[in-house]
Amino acid sequence: MDELLGEFLTETQESLERLDVELVRFESEPNDPELLNNIFRLVHTVKGTCGFLGLDRLAKLTHAAESLMSRYRDGMTVSADGVSAILASLDRMNEILQGLERDQQEPAGSDDDLIVRLLALAEAAAPQGAREAVRDLEDQETLADMAMVRAGDEAIRGRRVSEPEEAEARLPDDLQAAGLEYLVAEEMVSEPIASEEAQGTDAPGREAAQSIRVKVDTLEHLMTTVSELVLARNQLLDIDRRKQDTEWKAPLHRLSGITNELQRGIMKARMLPIDRAWQKLPRMLRDLSVELGKSIELTTSGGETELDRQVLEFIRDPMTHLIRNAADHGIGTPARRRALGKSETGHIDLKAYAEGDHIVIEIGDDGRGLDTDRIKAKCIEKELLSETEIGQLGESEIHQFIFQPGFSTAAEVTDISGRGVGLDVVRANIEVIGGTVDLKSSSGQGTVFRLRIPLTLAIAAALIVETDGTRFAVPQHNVSEVVRAKRETDCRIEMINDAPQLRLRGRLLPVYDLGGLLHLPEDEAVPRGRLLGEMATVIVMEAGVRRYGLLVETVLRPEEIVVKPKASVLQDLTMFSGNTILGDGSVIMIIDPAALAALAGVSEIRADFSQREAETQEAREPEEAPVPLLLFKAGGSVRKAVPLALVARLEEIPGKEIEVCNEGDVIRYRDGLMPLLFMDGVTRQAGDALQPILVFDDEGRHVGLAIDEIIDVVEAPLSLEIRSVTPGLIGSLLVDGEVTELIDISYYIGEGLTQRLAAREAEAAKTARLLLVDDSQFFRNMLAPLLTAHGYSVTLAESAHEALEMKEEGTRFDLIISDLEMPGLDGFAFAQEAKKDPRWSETPLIALSSYSSPELIARSRAAGFIEYVGKFDRQKLMAALKAVLPQWGAAA
Amino acid sequence: MSEEALRQLEAETEGYVTAELDGQLFGLKLTQVRDVFLPKGICPVPMAPKPVAGLLNLRGRIVTAIDLRACLGLPARDPDAPSVAIGIERGNELYGLIADKIGNVLRPEPETFEPNPVNLGAGWADICAGVYRLDDGVLMVLDLEGILDLARPGGPQLTAA
Repeated sequence: MDELLGEFLTETQESLERLDVELVRFESEPNDPELLNNIFRLVHTVKGTCGFLGLDRLAKLTHAAESLMSRYRDGMTVSADGVSAILASLDRMNEILQGLERDQQEPAGSDDDLIVRLLALAEAAAPQGAREAVRDLEDQETLADMAMVRAGDEAIRGRRVSEPEEAEARLPDDLQAAGLEYLVAEEMVSEPIASEEAQGTDAPGREAAQSIRVKVDTLEHLMTTVSELVLARNQLLDIDRRKQDTEWKAPLHRLSGITNELQRGIMKARMLPIDRAWQKLPRMLRDLSVELGKSIELTTSGGETELDRQVLEFIRDPMTHLIRNAADHGIGTPARRRALGKSETGHIDLKAYAEGDHIVIEIGDDGRGLDTDRIKAKCIEKELLSETEIGQLGESEIHQFIFQPGFSTAAEVTDISGRGVGLDVVRANIEVIGGTVDLKSSSGQGTVFRLRIPLTLAIAAALIVETDGTRFAVPQHNVSEVVRAKRETDCRIEMINDAPQLRLRGRLLPVYDLGGLLHLPEDEAVPRGRLLGEMATVIVMEAGVRRYGLLVETVLRPEEIVVKPKASVLQDLTMFSGNTILGDGSVIMIIDPAALAALAGVSEIRADFSQREAETQEAREPEEAPVPLLLFKAGGSVRKAVPLALVARLEEIPGKEIEVCNEGDVIRYRDGLMPLLFMDGVTRQAGDALQPILVFDDEGRHVGLAIDEIIDVVEAPLSLEIRSVTPGLIGSLLVDGEVTELIDISYYIGEGLTQRLAAREAEAAKTARLLLVDDSQFFRNMLAPLLTAHGYSVTLAESAHEALEMKEEGTRFDLIISDLEMPGLDGFAFAQEAKKDPRWSETPLIALSSYSSPELIARSRAAGFIEYVGKFDRQKLMAALKAVLPQWGAAA
Repeated sequence: MSEEALRQLEAETEGYVTAELDGQLFGLKLTQVRDVFLPKGICPVPMAPKPVAGLLNLRGRIVTAIDLRACLGLPARDPDAPSVAIGIERGNELYGLIADKIGNVLRPEPETFEPNPVNLGAGWADICAGVYRLDDGVLMVLDLEGILDLARPGGPQLTAA
């Protein structure tokens, strides 16, 4: 019985959820017969199953609800009252189901109130003097019940939702006239076993099951098992590396591939479409509109977008909150809307779409938009900002303040969303899972909230750091940069009353010592004070509105970690969000940057404001923005550097693993062979000695660059001191006062791609002509060879003026890529100029920028750019090119 | 002993996995124990409650190691001294209770069971659920819930430490 009941509960709850949605649709489209049939079928299924299981309360309640529904099916006008009564019954059914789940039996209580209401509505609806007809219908109802008993029985046995109306349609014909049948049917309902003989006589044909229900536990268990398999596989690979026996290699390689495939498969099995979290929304909005006296319509798109079920749980509440907010504060009353010349019905638009390994959810309304003046007033009232500060902020910056704790601008607190739960909680909840929230609002036009959520929580990019002998994982989405602070430089640590401050680009940032915060026993070799000495590594953290520096001993490497929840006995350690197993088998804690900031007592508001100022300043001096650089040695005595963002991974591989093919060196990497290039003068390791390798990812294809030694990761502006003429080098720059050669990755990636290039030569005839406008020599040097290697013909312009001169000369391009931040005429102005000229107006424009914010993206769109790409996001650039110029297959 | 008699005995008496701590014998119900392993590579957790020795990786799963010595207020183990962990599974979580030495599985006579002596120290009373009189000494029965409560922040006793 238990299993049967469990299954009934799951199925019924699902049916009720669907009913919720369908009924709300039905209210607005009462003439859709298919919709009505759907609803009828759902109610039937529930009712029949209840009867079969002897669940009296549920059976009676569904029966009453169904009576009313059947009137609607017979053509009665649908009233809001009626739909409300049915919805109220659904709520009651849910209550009963919850009791059932808890105690394995129906909770005591009476539903007469609802039953009377439903039946009264049904009776009132019946035509005058047609009591007989009603009676007749009642009989039919009951006969339908009987059919349902069978169908429900079938549903449970066959574990599928049956099509009851088939059976139902058959019965009334036979039995319509027989008044006595009513009693018989009643008996059958109360003694469902009796229906057994009826079973099988007209059981609907079974469809092959396309999906099965799997317990979440089973999936979780599979996931853990696969993780263990991965670990065992890694151990085998390790043994294999040390042995010369080649017999193993092939099967092991296959095992490895299968393991990866399995892992991907399990991850996929955990994904659910996002509309699972949307199902309750139409009903909620309907109730809200009734309560608020507004007319609101919900449109959704992208409901099929999939994400991890765990993530889905996390975003359900914030999403619901934003929708309530939109309904309550965003959309006005019909009268008000009419007065403003809008349609009386307000619209809430819910959109979901995938964007790389994130999904974006947009919740937009066409309401009044944010009241900027009121937010300003509130800021002053709460002493968040002074009048002068407000004067310096743009509208969208002012809007951001609604994410501050205790910030409600609603003139009156309503029952709907003024519950003391503010947008700060929404933001915090989204950020906990590594997501972000933005908003865009224009007065009178409406507001759009944009949530960007990682697809899965199971795997995250993290920086592995070490301090006082303990390693930690720091989520990369919270790291804005890693800084090497050095005495007597512009980037240094200063003490204010023993509190360390990082002076970074003319601003002070509070610095906390990770080891000190966590009370780690001091490492004798590196006493804590020394971390603040000559040279200090500070991770600049961004956790929501907080921004602070975290002092660590060393940043070891970036790594993709498998996030595991922490044990329940460690739940109170909020500064850790979970733990993970590293490649070497050790277990480390994952830092929760927001909770750590709270522990450190980082003030939210001040940090927030200084961050904004810092950003404004960065925006003013685009070329000064430092970039994290990976420093390494590779032949020669001069240090080499490459922007960290271009490196996919750092690896160390025993020398004997490097195999020589006719094309050059290769190593086994992940599932395939990776071409390996040696920089000039790099020592080749042999035997078990490890060869450090920088792995670059070129649209899923890996290329390795063998080097001698990794030195460090530092922050430095990419201002070239001397431009190089040596192939493979862009030039030299000063990093921490030392000359460092910046290598040209595209040169090496290009080398790794010789074969692909050859294949492309045949297509050279249809080369697309690209114009790249960028004032930074570094980027021109980086991108041009890359674009050429992908089969585009590239023309360079150092400034917007130079580009516009080309326009005047009549040069035509198939596509223009332009930097946004340029001295003189910037990218926006350039785009506007280009669009004005009929010769160039049709040429698609792609924007490049070192910064990313919704405002910038929107501005770039407005200026005429069709795509917006981060400067280091090579893959996205290539994807954008492909999308914009599909006719040139060369980039494929 | 005939096989049937053995089964009889099994039905009547509860089996205990025993372990030694500072010379004292402790026992955990056989049914509660998942496995016994050597606690290697324990990674300490900063700011964790005192009984939590750290986390370790057992065949790809993370195990929370709880040091019974810390629970009982015994002096810390010499880092080089041998230790053993009794693995238990609670919900989806694995715990390893660390003792000095593993002993035999014992099936003490039910009549020899007594509740905790009243003069047992507070720390011990929190994690022991009675005692069996053996021929040579006593077997303290470990109370799993008590141990986990103790390991939880805000639990009795050791939070201030």
